[in-house]
Amino acid sequence: MGLVLLIIIWLITFVSTYFFVAKTWWLPVGASASAAGIDHHFTTSYILMGIVFVAAQVALGYLVWSFRDRGSSSSKVAYSHGNTTLEIVWTGLTTVLFVGMNLASSSIWAAERFRAAEANAVRVEVTGMQFAWYFRYPGPDGKFGATNPELEDASAGGEAALGLDAKDPASKDDVVTGTMVVPVNREIEVILRAHDVIHSLFIPQMRFKQDAVPGLAIHMHFTAIQTGDYEILCAELCGLGHYKMHGMLKVVSQEEYDRWLAAREAEKQ
Amino acid sequence: MATHEFAAQESHAHEAPQGFIRKWVFSLDHKVIGLQYYFLALAAVFVGMFLSLLMRIHLIWPAATLPLLGDIKPETYLTLVTMHGTIMVFFVLTTAPQGGFGNYFLPIQIGAPDMAFPVLNMLSFWTTFLGFVVMIAAFFVAGGAPLHGWTGYAPLSAIQSAGPGEGLGADLWIISIAIFCIGALMGALNFITTTLDMRAKGMTMMRMPLTCWAWFVTAILGLLAFGVLLSAGILLLMDRNLGTSFFVPLVTINGQLTGHKGGSPLLWQHLFWFFGHPEVYIAILPAMGMCSQLLSVFSRKPIFGYKAMVYAILGIGFLGFMVWGHHMFMSGMSPYTAFAFSIMTMAIGVPSAIKTFNWLGTLMHGRIRFSSPMLFAIGFVSLFVTGGISGPFLAQPVLDIQLHDTYFVPAHFHLIMGVASIFGIFAATYYWFPKMFGRMMNESMARWHFWFSFIGTYAIFMPMHYLGMAGMPRRYSQLTEVAYLHELIPLQKFITYAAFITIAGQLIFLINLFWSMFKGPKASDNPWEATTLEWTTATPPPHDNFGGKTPVVYNGPYEYSVPGAPRDFVMQNDPEIKPAH
Amino acid sequence: MTFMASLSTTATVADARISGGEDTRMAAPDYGTRLRRARLGLLVALTPVLMLFVSFSSAYVVRQGLPTLDPRTNTLVRDWIPVTLPKLLLINTGVLILSSLFMELARRQIKGQVVLASAKAAPGVSSGDQIRIPWLLMTFLLGLTFLFGQWTAWRQLAASGFYVATTPSSSFVYLLTGTHAIHLMGGVLALFVAGFAALLRRSVATRSIVVDVTAWYWHFMAALWIYILCLLEFAS
Repeated sequence: MGLVLLIIIWLITFVSTYFFVAKTWWLPVGASASAAGIDHHFTTSYILMGIVFVAAQVALGYLVWSFRDRGSSSSKVAYSHGNTTLEIVWTGLTTVLFVGMNLASSSIWAAERFRAAEANAVRVEVTGMQFAWYFRYPGPDGKFGATNPELEDASAGGEAALGLDAKDPASKDDVVTGTMVVPVNREIEVILRAHDVIHSLFIPQMRFKQDAVPGLAIHMHFTAIQTGDYEILCAELCGLGHYKMHGMLKVVSQEEYDRWLAAREAEKQ
Repeated sequence: MATHEFAAQESHAHEAPQGFIRKWVFSLDHKVIGLQYYFLALAAVFVGMFLSLLMRIHLIWPAATLPLLGDIKPETYLTLVTMHGTIMVFFVLTTAPQGGFGNYFLPIQIGAPDMAFPVLNMLSFWTTFLGFVVMIAAFFVAGGAPLHGWTGYAPLSAIQSAGPGEGLGADLWIISIAIFCIGALMGALNFITTTLDMRAKGMTMMRMPLTCWAWFVTAILGLLAFGVLLSAGILLLMDRNLGTSFFVPLVTINGQLTGHKGGSPLLWQHLFWFFGHPEVYIAILPAMGMCSQLLSVFSRKPIFGYKAMVYAILGIGFLGFMVWGHHMFMSGMSPYTAFAFSIMTMAIGVPSAIKTFNWLGTLMHGRIRFSSPMLFAIGFVSLFVTGGISGPFLAQPVLDIQLHDTYFVPAHFHLIMGVASIFGIFAATYYWFPKMFGRMMNESMARWHFWFSFIGTYAIFMPMHYLGMAGMPRRYSQLTEVAYLHELIPLQKFITYAAFITIAGQLIFLINLFWSMFKGPKASDNPWEATTLEWTTATPPPHDNFGGKTPVVYNGPYEYSVPGAPRDFVMQNDPEIKPAH
Repeated sequence: MTFMASLSTTATVADARISGGEDTRMAAPDYGTRLRRARLGLLVALTPVLMLFVSFSSAYVVRQGLPTLDPRTNTLVRDWIPVTLPKLLLINTGVLILSSLFMELARRQIKGQVVLASAKAAPGVSSGDQIRIPWLLMTFLLGLTFLFGQWTAWRQLAASGFYVATTPSSSFVYLLTGTHAIHLMGGVLALFVAGFAALLRRSVATRSIVVDVTAWYWHFMAALWIYILCLLEFAS
């Protein structure tokens, strides 16, 4: 039984480790400025924790086989209540490993989150509601117009879904779309809102996730460094349509973005 | 006459009860109450497993029509998710290890005739039972059971029109949890008072088996945490039914203003997770105590580092109250607060690591017997390591950006709570079955059960890490809508097939359990040759546990293979043994 | 015995005592052990009660200071409107403090009866008749008075336009005072049971333990009430 345990434990360990190392199912390719640093830290964490994982499971398998009861040919049991020095050593090493890993990642976290968006960032207001995402651009005046919950009409889509108040002059040039279009290599400031319940804006390839909470306007930022189309998913349970509340981020060149925005503005006239 | 009055005692608790109702229904005997909790948890776990089976089927065959149940709509899927989680966390993981085995064996292991407050003990079980009935009732009311997840985030859980099942079903869900809180608090009261005040002579705190330490600290966690959950539930019920706005800001549902304003969804999360994090330690600590116990017994060796193990249990309990924010890194909470919580969370990994080192140290230079309880204890160590290793990923906010609310999270918590903790329950069942029922369980069936469960659960939950890395979100009822999720369907299929096989394997356990109760070979008083006090009693123990004779304790709980001793184990109440050097 | 002193035997973790006598037979626990155990149980039981109110208090503090997004103006606003508490609450406070005094007198009274009962067991000792002031009954009545006073205060609040859901501040007033009242009702019920236990032929020792534990619970409820009042009145 000891040998069977060793074999099965080792097998499970090596098979599962193989899939991690081979990256058979892995993080989607990163396309944001922060992705390189985050992915690097992922790799570091995997290597460190992978070593711990393999070492612990290999040790477990080995110990239960090596110290199985072999009847009269078993070696004497070591009557020991422990070893204080060992306790101190492995407590210290574990603390250094865990806290060290965390402090290493904290500089990336600080760079991401401890600062507000740059002054010239492209601002997009993202509103989540059951079960769609809407994206609002402030237009040439740079101001988001007022919204009024009483004016909301989700079935009409676009501006009506947001309850845009046409009486506010700042609303006139606001562009509301169901697809998020942004220019590449520019910092994008996202202002997250929600109408009804908590949603979460998740763009896997941008390494971006932030809850959209009703009652709050949460500011977050990212920079896309690669043009393309990227899936947007909702990552906080929001009701029966949670699984199909998804959208698309289109990262395009600056020129194409300007053309697109101008075309949307023109439609409003 | 006055002397009789003066010397009056709760005699009813010490005389054996007569009649079926007093003996088996409203029993005041902690052993009967322990069994009642255990069988409640057994019923609950099969309900919970059935719900998860339906979830797995729907994920890979969303259009399937099931016999009797019909189509599973997306909202039904979410109801399954909600009720599966709620039933498993509360009525299985908080019930069987603590209410079940803790009730049965804490008094005996410390040398007491019963719990401190037997009437309260009886009430705590029936309160918990009532909670379960109310929870199940949620399925059958108009609108059905809620779909807001076991975490019940507001405003989804706070507004009756926010989704199907969020009407009366959600109210019943909250009420059931509130009832459960009260039952759990009553139980915690008993555990703490009993441990502090009813230990036999010579049973110092530092001679208690680690199972007792685990039950004790678990009870303290419950004492501090369940009151907060109760408060959150009360506020939520008020928001839902009285129009208050504790958790709900100004929102529109289906285009209608709900009349709330100014509330904070994050307040719910803080209150819930202040309870919710200690709760997961409540779910795992008794299993850790059990593992320590069994590794020692079946290696014929003292636990390595008893003091360190005690400090680790205390450390986990204490730190467990300081990490709740790690569930909220993406919630809109301040990033500085997130950083603070993440450091504390890494810190709590340290006592868990210490325990793992000590378990390995116990096995080393032991003489390992592979009885069924030991198999599950060894399995526990492996599963706990695997589940624990994914913790540091989630604990780092910068990595949590990618992993939060993906399958990586259920991979982590299922391996620890949904498997390792369950292995603790299995191990305890196989170990204490002879003492509880006077018969042995079938070893051969036990081994089949072990292999099905060990390999099966790895097959189910290891792939979930890969799914999470690839970006599969949680609580999605179907993978049909998002292009890149289609590629993950084969892996989801593998998990579902593994689940079928693993759940089938649990039937082996069920059959073994009930068959052996009536037909198993008769057990001796101490079939495992263990040292703790429950193995000194008759089998099953009499009503007052020790047949009128309070034990006096002279030895620690793990005196195995003591040099110079006549046998390879020394009972705790044997004359004091001094190892020959 | 002071409360803490009676607990001191349980505080040491170095050794434990068996209940009852010195021999190994399991004797029924004696009065001292039962009292100590009951008091320990109460101390433990008060912890989740405390946590409940700590939780409500933190929600209160958070909610008070919380800005929320006004979707119309897209700005963060604070919407806390303080409630003027009815003056009646001060009178109720006085009633509760007085009841706490009576409760303590009742506790000491029945403790005296226990001592007397054990003394009566010795031949030749007679107690003599004393006029016994019904402190327990008076506490019970004051408790009911307090609860009625709270009920009246709620009606006054409602009359001035503050219902449960009117403002967040009014929600908290009803929540905190209502939860306190429910807990006090439990104490009133315990007094009722203790008072009528004599009719149920429970021994004076058992009744004394019930009264003792209820008394400490009662004092805790009084202190908690003063805290709640201060929180509602001064924390802003």
